[in-house]
Amino acid sequence: MEYEEIAHRCFRCGYCKFTDDYQDFNCPSYVKFEFDTYAAGGRMWLINAWLNNEITTNKHYAEILYSCVTCGNCEKQCALEIKDDLLNIFEAAKSELVSEGLIPPPVRDYFKAISINGNPYKEPQNERGKWAEGTDIQTFSDQEYLFYVGDVGSYDEGGKKMAKFVGVLLKEIGLSIGILGNEEKSDGNDVKALGEKWLFQQLAEDNIRKFNEMGVKKIITLDPHAFNAFTNDYPKLGGNYEVWHYTQILAMLIKNKKIPISEYRVKVTYHDPCYLGRHNDVYNAPREILENIPGLELMEMNRNRENAFCCGGGGGNFFTDILGVGEESPSRIRVREALDTGAEILAVACPLCSKMLDDAVKAEGLEEKIKVQDVAEIVKQGFKI
Amino acid sequence: MSEIYKDLVEIVGEKYVSNQKEELYFYSRDPGLEQSHEPEYVVAPKTVEQIQKIVKLANKDHTPLVPMGAALSLTGLVIPLKGGIVIDMKRMKKILKVNENARSVLVEGGTSQGVLKSYLERNYPNLRHSAPDAPPASTIAANVAIHGLGRLAQQYGFNSDMVTGLEVVLPNGVICKIGSCSMSPDWFSKGPTLPDLSGLFLGWLGTTGIISKVGLKLYPKKRMRDVEIFVTDKADLVPEILFRLTHTEMVEDISVWFQEKPIMFQGNHHVNIYLTGDTEEELEFKRKMIWDSLKEIRGNKDGGFMWVMPQMKPDLLASPQKSIVGFADLKKGGGVEYAGPIVLSDRYPVYAKRLQDTANKYQIAYSGAARVIGRNHALMFAFVFTFNRADPDMMGRVKKALKELAAFSFDHGGIPWKPTIDEQKMAIERIDTDTINLMKIVKQNLDPNGIMNPGNWEVD
Repeated sequence: MEYEEIAHRCFRCGYCKFTDDYQDFNCPSYVKFEFDTYAAGGRMWLINAWLNNEITTNKHYAEILYSCVTCGNCEKQCALEIKDDLLNIFEAAKSELVSEGLIPPPVRDYFKAISINGNPYKEPQNERGKWAEGTDIQTFSDQEYLFYVGDVGSYDEGGKKMAKFVGVLLKEIGLSIGILGNEEKSDGNDVKALGEKWLFQQLAEDNIRKFNEMGVKKIITLDPHAFNAFTNDYPKLGGNYEVWHYTQILAMLIKNKKIPISEYRVKVTYHDPCYLGRHNDVYNAPREILENIPGLELMEMNRNRENAFCCGGGGGNFFTDILGVGEESPSRIRVREALDTGAEILAVACPLCSKMLDDAVKAEGLEEKIKVQDVAEIVKQGFKI
Repeated sequence: MSEIYKDLVEIVGEKYVSNQKEELYFYSRDPGLEQSHEPEYVVAPKTVEQIQKIVKLANKDHTPLVPMGAALSLTGLVIPLKGGIVIDMKRMKKILKVNENARSVLVEGGTSQGVLKSYLERNYPNLRHSAPDAPPASTIAANVAIHGLGRLAQQYGFNSDMVTGLEVVLPNGVICKIGSCSMSPDWFSKGPTLPDLSGLFLGWLGTTGIISKVGLKLYPKKRMRDVEIFVTDKADLVPEILFRLTHTEMVEDISVWFQEKPIMFQGNHHVNIYLTGDTEEELEFKRKMIWDSLKEIRGNKDGGFMWVMPQMKPDLLASPQKSIVGFADLKKGGGVEYAGPIVLSDRYPVYAKRLQDTANKYQIAYSGAARVIGRNHALMFAFVFTFNRADPDMMGRVKKALKELAAFSFDHGGIPWKPTIDEQKMAIERIDTDTINLMKIVKQNLDPNGIMNPGNWEVD
């Protein structure tokens, strides 16, 4: 197994479970299942035990590994030198399960759907660009930016709405953007997180080839997961682009007074997506956008920025749902935390978070008290044009 | 499916019972060097009533029960030596009440040190508890059950001295209140002026009951905190330094450390002196008193205050000090263990010398550390070794060295703190026979079926 030479170095001290001020446990799978085996330290010791033939792979072991939502909290909080490789070790261990064919059925189904249909929804490829119908967003040819929306932005109802909001907004403010439409393919970020490195490589190489053929130089992503893959993984395979998350572009334009915004009196709290925040240190851009809307009051949750509590949709769990539902599911905990701030809107910057948290608001019966809105949609409320 | 499994599911729900290999593996060990032993079940209760039912169930066929916090003693105290059920207490994590005026807090038995610290910082910034240097996951109840030590040990003693009351599930399943809470709604005294029954549970390592609630004293938190480090190359002078410093009554916490690497530290004994104040004037007054107390030693050129670089301070002042865990990976192997006997501070020089000799004998990396308890009333002296988990030979040498040093420390006036099974046996051999008989009476009467953390403090 890759990284096996460092798998024994975890002390299982438990720092990985916490926020940096220890206010609460911050590992979504540990919070959900509440046995130490489901925290990063537990996984490390189990992986090491597997490497030493003290345990064998089985359904429960696989469930423990796949309950990790790759939120990255453990990497931020671990006290040891190996901290930066924790997720790599988990990914490598999952790769071993993939090789052995011992993955949970929902993970298998996710891989199959992507390899057969090119998307996890098993939807036809020729419907991928439907979200853009009724807009004047053109297919990418020689525009400055490729606007990449990803699987959720292409097929999920809420994701499509978000893609449309962002795409139209980017057009309205005069940005030169084009999309791949039906030619777009999965970015592979969550495929990699789930340990299917060969499928990821295939997806990434296909995307890189296409991007290069089309002359793509700059990309704006809707989805922080894609942002992460394009920023951190594609360069290793030769795909070097100037990658932006849409909130970064909006923040820059707002800062430069390129977007006229009128007053919008509302109380908002912002949920940091893991693949934008912890994985890529983008914490300020979404906040700068919100703070620049006159009348908008930004209220932080107790756990924010580097300490944000994941919605539970990372690492492929959005599709595989290994964490499952219930009152203690991360998204429902997060929504209750948002409500505690007194905010009327829970702002998001990721289509996966949006869906997870929106469903959680409904499950909690809080539709009358708080609603989930994408940052672009909030900008649009105060947009003067 | 076994009957006991079904019963446990009935009590806590299926999600919180496991007899799966993965949980049995993980809960069969701790981060230290003690031999693992698997339980049959791991269970995570949420209420004291659930614990009560588990205990009653265990009594039916004498199933061993091992209450567990974060398993961070490093000395194997929650390894289920005789199998049975490990009770993971961490779901019981509520902070139930803070009495700001009486400076006390009431927590559930699985509440972690980190969560309490953070809660007080956010809600009662003028209050603090005596947080140990253990990782924040360690629990309040487990810490007092092992007579833990924290940052306020020099001022107020062992953390178990700070207990204001207990709720305990006895080995027969009875829920028993200990201290003022037994007759009053208020948790302000663990014993006095009633007969102090807390001693039936504190220090017994979970062999006499399961602590489900703890009342704990809180202390004033000053606005400012600083650290000075006094360095001497004469181990013989350390007891006098500690005596002089404690005489000032100006110090928050005093710890001593020495290590062979990096080379700049070799041969020196470093006394970390923590001081606090609400104003600059208070802090400077205390600093002056502290410096003055060691004037003579400084004058003799036997020691001096080290310049503490500003970049060192955040780490030194952090509580818990995260970098301590980093020490575990010194050998790129994620392992650390220490024997930490409690002893008078005048034994510091012989303990320090013996640690160095033993480390040389076994060719292992060492560090020595000590924390003052009370006004120099005692000292916890830690013989610390790091090891590589992938190197069984090194692990064996460290284990031998620790056992040897524990025996040495007991032969030189020390008593064990959170002892391994071997250290418990050595202690039992040395404890007065009549005292052992009293322990036997206590244990046999409280736990006639011998179900509570069996193997520990086994005086039969």
